[in-house]
Amino acid sequence: MSNKDDRPDMKRREFIGKTVLAAGAASVAPGVLLTVAKAGGKSRGVSSDVRYGLLIDTNKCADDCTACVDACNRENGIDLVERPKGQSDDDWNAQRPQWIRKVQLKDKQTGEITNLPMMCQHCEFPPCVDVCPTGASFKRADGIVMVDRHTCIGCRYCMMACPYKARSFIHQNVAQQLVNAPRGKGCVESCNLCVHRIDAGDMTTACQEACEKDGHQAIVFGDLKDPDSKLAKLLKTKSSRQIRADLELNTGVRYTNV
Amino acid sequence: MPRSTGIKRFAGMLLAGLFATLATSAQSDSVVTPGSKAAGMDTCVAPTAEMRRYHMEYLKHDRVETVRQGVRGLKNSLADCVDCHAAKDGNGGYLSINADGQFCDRCHNYMAVTLACFQCHRKTPADQDASSAKTSTGNQGHAFGLLLDRGESAALTAEERAQFQALVREE
Amino acid sequence: MKKTHYSELWCSSPRFWGGLTFLAFIILLGLGATYYMEHQGHWVTGMSNQVVWGLPHVFAIFMIVAASGALNVASIGSVFGGPMYKPLGRFSALLAIGLLAGGLMVLVLDLGRPDRLVVAMTTFNLKSIFTWNILLYTGFFVIVGLYIWTMIDRKVNKYYQVTGYLAFFWRLVLTTGTGSIFGFLVAREAYDAAILAPMFIIMSFSFGLAFFIITLISAYWWAGRTLGELRLAKLKHLLGVFVGAVLYFSMVYHLTNLYITQHHGVERFILLDGGVYSLMFWLGHVLIGSIIPLFLIYSPAFASSRFAIGAASVLVLMGGFLQLYVIVIGGQAFPMNMFPGKEVVTSEFLDGVVASYIPTTAEGLLGIAGIAVAMTMVAVGSRMLKVLPENLEDPKDLEHA
Repeated sequence: MSNKDDRPDMKRREFIGKTVLAAGAASVAPGVLLTVAKAGGKSRGVSSDVRYGLLIDTNKCADDCTACVDACNRENGIDLVERPKGQSDDDWNAQRPQWIRKVQLKDKQTGEITNLPMMCQHCEFPPCVDVCPTGASFKRADGIVMVDRHTCIGCRYCMMACPYKARSFIHQNVAQQLVNAPRGKGCVESCNLCVHRIDAGDMTTACQEACEKDGHQAIVFGDLKDPDSKLAKLLKTKSSRQIRADLELNTGVRYTNV
Repeated sequence: MPRSTGIKRFAGMLLAGLFATLATSAQSDSVVTPGSKAAGMDTCVAPTAEMRRYHMEYLKHDRVETVRQGVRGLKNSLADCVDCHAAKDGNGGYLSINADGQFCDRCHNYMAVTLACFQCHRKTPADQDASSAKTSTGNQGHAFGLLLDRGESAALTAEERAQFQALVREE
Repeated sequence: MKKTHYSELWCSSPRFWGGLTFLAFIILLGLGATYYMEHQGHWVTGMSNQVVWGLPHVFAIFMIVAASGALNVASIGSVFGGPMYKPLGRFSALLAIGLLAGGLMVLVLDLGRPDRLVVAMTTFNLKSIFTWNILLYTGFFVIVGLYIWTMIDRKVNKYYQVTGYLAFFWRLVLTTGTGSIFGFLVAREAYDAAILAPMFIIMSFSFGLAFFIITLISAYWWAGRTLGELRLAKLKHLLGVFVGAVLYFSMVYHLTNLYITQHHGVERFILLDGGVYSLMFWLGHVLIGSIIPLFLIYSPAFASSRFAIGAASVLVLMGGFLQLYVIVIGGQAFPMNMFPGKEVVTSEFLDGVVASYIPTTAEGLLGIAGIAVAMTMVAVGSRMLKVLPENLEDPKDLEHA
């Protein structure tokens, strides 16, 4: 037996109910699909029969030379990124993108000096790929680790995760880009082993080319899985190691004499 | 509920009107900018109406293949679009393709759809400026506008244009 | 057993609308700061390629961690059967939702590309703990929403226990996930530790309860309702336990690191050489965040002082914020040791040097706006819904609340 005077106020409940339904419909209606990001696997395109990598001989790396860095900046349009007006040197150096950098080390015990270029190590088990929430950071079938900037949301978690600090974030609007290297504000990027060159059939990276031209020949690029490649042959004869080898990431970039 | 009939009718008419608008193609005249390469061609990748509706789907599909699988020289290349559709600026260079009043903007402005591509992608055809990648063995015929050497002009000769159109038709 | 009457929080209109206007103003400032940061790009912030997560992330993680802990009071009422806590359950759930919303807002607005939120919500890399966090946060809203519903609506009250348990376990997983965001990173010496996950859980209990106490006292003062001494004392003692536990976890974390030679560098940095970070650790986390609140809570001199409880809660929050600042930013500032046994002579990418991070006003405004959003949601929710008991007097018969 219902007594109309005892009924609680239904208007508020109806309002809440309708609002929740509307909000639910509005979020589901656009046909949002849950897609799990997958890496590679199609029949055409690059395959895992090859794996690209670098061998860097730090003995041949010269003291004040930045040929590889300059070449990379030119090749990938990094030198087109302009310093924001009025920004200090320190801030600009901390925020500008750098795909490759020269590092000079001194042994704490013996005082021995070592020079080497440092860039994305193209790990077989990249921490940056593991942590990317959208799968934008991915490893291509041929071993190149790169960022799909269409999916990158700019969360910078990959930058936290990279053991080599290889990634850079674009902190400002970019006015000019090269066709080969699209780059824009809010996305993360890193060395991609000059993938535009490799895909076009030119098996040299800009850094390797510049180092050769300068006469040092410290950088060798090649296919790690091809036993006849110069890189594979050198790796067999020289004693090389990975940086931070204890992390067992099986990097594609190896170093000798460090 | 008899009280809501008026609201229901209004909502129904509004939805019907929206669908009707979507069904028609709103822009019927060409937005190809005069002075661009495309102005001299009839169609390129696909018929105009199809391009207007589906260009984003085509681009999205091909970009996944290019970025994730490394398949280059695909039909729906954004760089090729820029090559053909960017208008010359009269000083030997090109205007940005997404600038006000240019090719992309003329439809996107009307449709009020934000154009995010050129926040990252190059807005003018690649020609004689900062270093482009050099191909040691030369272009393989698929790389129009993509991998130009220094000094190479972006404009297609008649022979190249015929090659390009044959390529498009066969894919 | 006396039935608890819940009613909408009522205070005089000028007070309510004045408060809301103030909060709205703060939110607008924060949104303006966000627009500035998003439009110009992150170059206007103090964040760089070295310190990639800054003040907004500290605020966001602080609120997200506190959100999970704020639900603790409701869990004690339902899962652990504490009768004194049961009437506080609805407000606890509301506070949890508000804090999580505020924290997520700050996190999302600081993305490099916040316009790609739809991508983040639809494309998932299931190996990433970040993805799991996104799924857990969304689920948290749904589950806590259902939980509040079972508490408020008599018709679904029979599901109260089930949703209570579900909410309890869900938020344990959620906070474990939040701690694992850092715990799973092998790259940095300050992270890469399994203890970070349970440490975040205990931090959530502490911050969440502190937030709860402050908002409860404020709400009841605002509306002129009575809040019993005994109930408040129970909350106070619980807070004391949590603060002590946080200090314990922090001690274990640092003592373990001190034993490991490899981690001596980062420990020396945080505890001794780190400048502002060491200051924040000792003064902020240890002194202001733990020792002084413990003193205020357990000292008999303050046994009946309501001001001491409020002050202790505020200090716990301040200390917790600084503790998170040290973890998030101090952990990034310390350079990664890529070449053990060698020191870096030169590097253009600032390898081997402690990175500098100076937060900017815009970042701070965004963070504070997040707290304002949380408070707004709590205020509006308390006013519109029956979440606060009219009277929280101590029960005369202590067996029945």
